Amino acid sequence: MLETRDLKIVYPPRGGRGPARAVDGVNLTVAPGEIVALIGESGCGKSTLARALVGLVKPTSGEVLYRGEPLDHRRLKAYRRQVQLVLQDPGGALNPRQNVFDAVAEGPRLHGETDGLDERVHSALSRAGLRPPEEFFRRFPHQLSGGQQQRVVIAGALALDPSVIVADEPVASLDASVRGEILKLILDLRDELGLSALVVSHDLGLAWNIADRVAVMYLGRIVEIGTVEDVLLRPRHPYTKALLSVLPESGERVVLTGEPPDPTRVPDGCRFHPRCPRRFDGCDTRDLPVLSADDSVACLEVIQ
Amino acid sequence: MLEVEDLRVSYGDAPAVRGVGFTLERGQTLGVAGESGCGKSTMALSLLRLLPATATVTGKVLFQGEDLLTARWSRLRAVRWSAASVVFQGAMSALNPVRTIADQLCEPILLHDKVGAKQARKRVGELLDSVGVPAARMDGYPHEFSGGQRQRIMIAMALACRPDLIIADEPTTALDVMVQAQIMDLLTGLVRESGIAVIMISHDLSVLAHLCDRLAVMYGGRIVELGPARQLIDDPRHPYTRALAGAFPTIGDPASRRAPAGLPGDPPRPSELGAGCAFAPRCVHAADACRTEVVELWPSGPERSAACVRVLEGERGA
Repeated sequence: MLETRDLKIVYPPRGGRGPARAVDGVNLTVAPGEIVALIGESGCGKSTLARALVGLVKPTSGEVLYRGEPLDHRRLKAYRRQVQLVLQDPGGALNPRQNVFDAVAEGPRLHGETDGLDERVHSALSRAGLRPPEEFFRRFPHQLSGGQQQRVVIAGALALDPSVIVADEPVASLDASVRGEILKLILDLRDELGLSALVVSHDLGLAWNIADRVAVMYLGRIVEIGTVEDVLLRPRHPYTKALLSVLPESGERVVLTGEPPDPTRVPDGCRFHPRCPRRFDGCDTRDLPVLSADDSVACLEVIQ
Repeated sequence: MLEVEDLRVSYGDAPAVRGVGFTLERGQTLGVAGESGCGKSTMALSLLRLLPATATVTGKVLFQGEDLLTARWSRLRAVRWSAASVVFQGAMSALNPVRTIADQLCEPILLHDKVGAKQARKRVGELLDSVGVPAARMDGYPHEFSGGQRQRIMIAMALACRPDLIIADEPTTALDVMVQAQIMDLLTGLVRESGIAVIMISHDLSVLAHLCDRLAVMYGGRIVELGPARQLIDDPRHPYTRALAGAFPTIGDPASRRAPAGLPGDPPRPSELGAGCAFAPRCVHAADACRTEVVELWPSGPERSAACVRVLEGERGA
């Protein structure tokens, strides 16, 4: 359905720093009706990757493919009908002076689909769980709770009947009790409408809650990918293992020292080696290949 | 050491905290959990009278035998920093961007410890070392540090005058999982070594369970469940605690696989709070009595209490 092939995004040098290799070779596929979770710490490139998938960032090299066709940046409007972005922080994503109806109707209006607009908005809000929809039409964002705001953002994405949703941290700014409701909504949309989704998050629990497959990203590359059961219950990459170990319920904690590294200074060899508790000779010199669709883990120790 | 009785805070007509009481002994850690708008931050900041003048605070906050709510300003200023200090959420905005770290850390030391500039700088060096920030960087500005380091600096600042109590308001929110783990380990270590009492506020029960002896779960401006942290999470008595505990899944638990647990409805607005249980509109067990009867914290086990009529019924039945 949605696919990237050796996708690279490099931001130009700025303020005396070298170019930032935000996304540095990623192969990723989202199959029809599949939910993929993309997990990583801030600065790992996951949001840049999400933006590239909806055509907000132009790849430096490599491609984004939708139904096997490369994404053409001159025909973005048609593409975005199919692939919709849901941003984090609904409070910031909604225009405070626009009521719910106009916020949801914006997409269809931009695409000149004003026939039956009322019904369209009505059904989008209803599918996003805001019922009865008429009651929300004239409300403004400040009159809604955080969870309701996020539902309006999702309804806006649904109004164009997309086939893929790319959601960047859809629950990060929401309260614990609302979090589950929004995740349930994403799961229901897949079950009822066959929607595919790529959900970007730092939260492994989210992957366990809703995803079919999970990709763990570190410094511009995917370091481990597979089914949720394989990756989360039988992790093989030391980074995935460390992330899982610091969850409250796990036993032995592997707390990595240092901060996530800087995309302007990608280390040689395995890019995780400076923080890796299991590094050995060779990790700092031997480059690892970009994970293809068949491999599942980028770690010298595991490969050997 | 700290005794809070019937603490109430309101902004105009809107009550934010509606009668909170608890005690804290030296060296104890209390976690306060709840969703945004439940009054947890307001409650914590009101202890040191850090709220804006528009807030009306009543009740009693006895800290080392003295009521902070009626204390003189000069007395309160002496207590802040040297006896009790605060780690604010969002280290980004709590640090002054145009002053060096050393400058900002020296300020409370110079004011309260009455030492010279040279000694204060020496203390700042020790403090930064103790929180894992290189002391050599003390003349840097906040923007030169990462988010995790800034949070460490905030913790160093709270420790500056060797307080007996630290109030930490969401100290790890907005940080990455790994950095969060680092900060939690740092706090746990500091508490164990120094015997400082901590009130830690968070929306994430699992984070609190890691650090705190006891937990208070707040909803609609009141404590709805109070007791030993592990027990509250493993065996919650209040339906709201149960919902919060279930919101963050345990990886590997088949019950939560492809089944996120949520809680329908929204938290109450302060203006909508009336008689009865504030949680009743979202509670699956709510009965008529819940909407009208006065709900208080009733004993629900050894050293535990919960504000739910079902707890009371259980007691009666037994």
